[in-house]
Amino acid sequence: MGIRIQIVAILGSLGLLGFVFKLLQRRRLKEEYSILWLAIGVGFLLISTFRPALETFAQTLGIYYAPAALFLALILGAYLLLMHFSLVFSKLAQKNVELAQEVGLLRLELDTLRRQIPDPSSNP
Amino acid sequence: MMTAELTKAIAPGAPALTERVLVIVPAYNEAESLPALLSSLRSEAPFADVLVVNDGSRDATAEVAAAVPGISVVTLPCNLGIGGAVQTGFKFAARRRYDVALQVDGDGQHKPAEIRALVAPILAGRADMTIGSRFLSVQSFRSSFLRRIGIRLFSLVNSWLIGQTISDNTSGFRAYSRKAIEFLSIHYPSDYPEPETVVLLARNGFRLEEVPVEMQDRQGGASSITPWRSVYYMVKVLLAIGMGAVRDPIVKGVGR
Repeated sequence: MGIRIQIVAILGSLGLLGFVFKLLQRRRLKEEYSILWLAIGVGFLLISTFRPALETFAQTLGIYYAPAALFLALILGAYLLLMHFSLVFSKLAQKNVELAQEVGLLRLELDTLRRQIPDPSSNP
Repeated sequence: MMTAELTKAIAPGAPALTERVLVIVPAYNEAESLPALLSSLRSEAPFADVLVVNDGSRDATAEVAAAVPGISVVTLPCNLGIGGAVQTGFKFAARRRYDVALQVDGDGQHKPAEIRALVAPILAGRADMTIGSRFLSVQSFRSSFLRRIGIRLFSLVNSWLIGQTISDNTSGFRAYSRKAIEFLSIHYPSDYPEPETVVLLARNGFRLEEVPVEMQDRQGGASSITPWRSVYYMVKVLLAIGMGAVRDPIVKGVGR
């Protein structure tokens, strides 16, 4: 593996880890959603730092060009994150529906109650 | 509640029932067709309470519905689609402990005069869900080619999955028992819920029955189903039905 691609990969993963850390520090990213990001950052840092690890990984998969294994790892990590997002969206959509239903039902209750109790502020 | 009248219509000579019936009308931009539907609900099914679920309409649906006396209106803050809208009705019915809930679509294609026939098997304790079917009577139902294929396909797949022939899986004209209302207020499919609900309820041990009905053409407004959407609809619903069939029943102690 070329030394330049290795440096780029190491800097890239360090940058990613630093960015995720900053977001966590400023509470802009919730811890539960950062774990996957951190794991992927650390994993990528490890295989880009320790060449033998990457070579072994590439050989096991029958990849002749070691940096290609780096891209494969990156793509797999990205897919994992996308799947994670889909799960989170599905959960959010479900909660959103329940909240909207609750708001509608509560508004009906409120309107009904308001009609029963004369509003003192409406007197001229 | 005019249940005595209902009892007479369904089972002449039977003692007066005290069942409470709720009609759920999901409505999305149906200001044009709602007034006719609501007034005919009042005259044809005076024994039933009516809840209009205004699914985030941008027209005057809410005002039009609220103008009719004795009708409750739930206005959802955003458009949830037919599944989310009808489920809001189930939640309302479950909390107020209605015995029977019906779905009557806001576009006016379901005839309120047929509500009595639809709720009869539920009141008799024979079924947990009744489906008003267009295909049990001789009347021909005119529809597009794609729709006919879809309807046929759902009928084949669903009938095979649940071991009971259901001819009209896309009909939204349905009535539910208290047990089904409580179940569906928690577990109701989203998007295009009708065919999926058939499998969901049957697999959880609820009894289904079809009742022949006639349907009218839309009274106004536009249908939400376009050709492309019907293809998406078929794929999505078949996927959902398939998943419903491989999931374990939610109600404990119900076998296949």
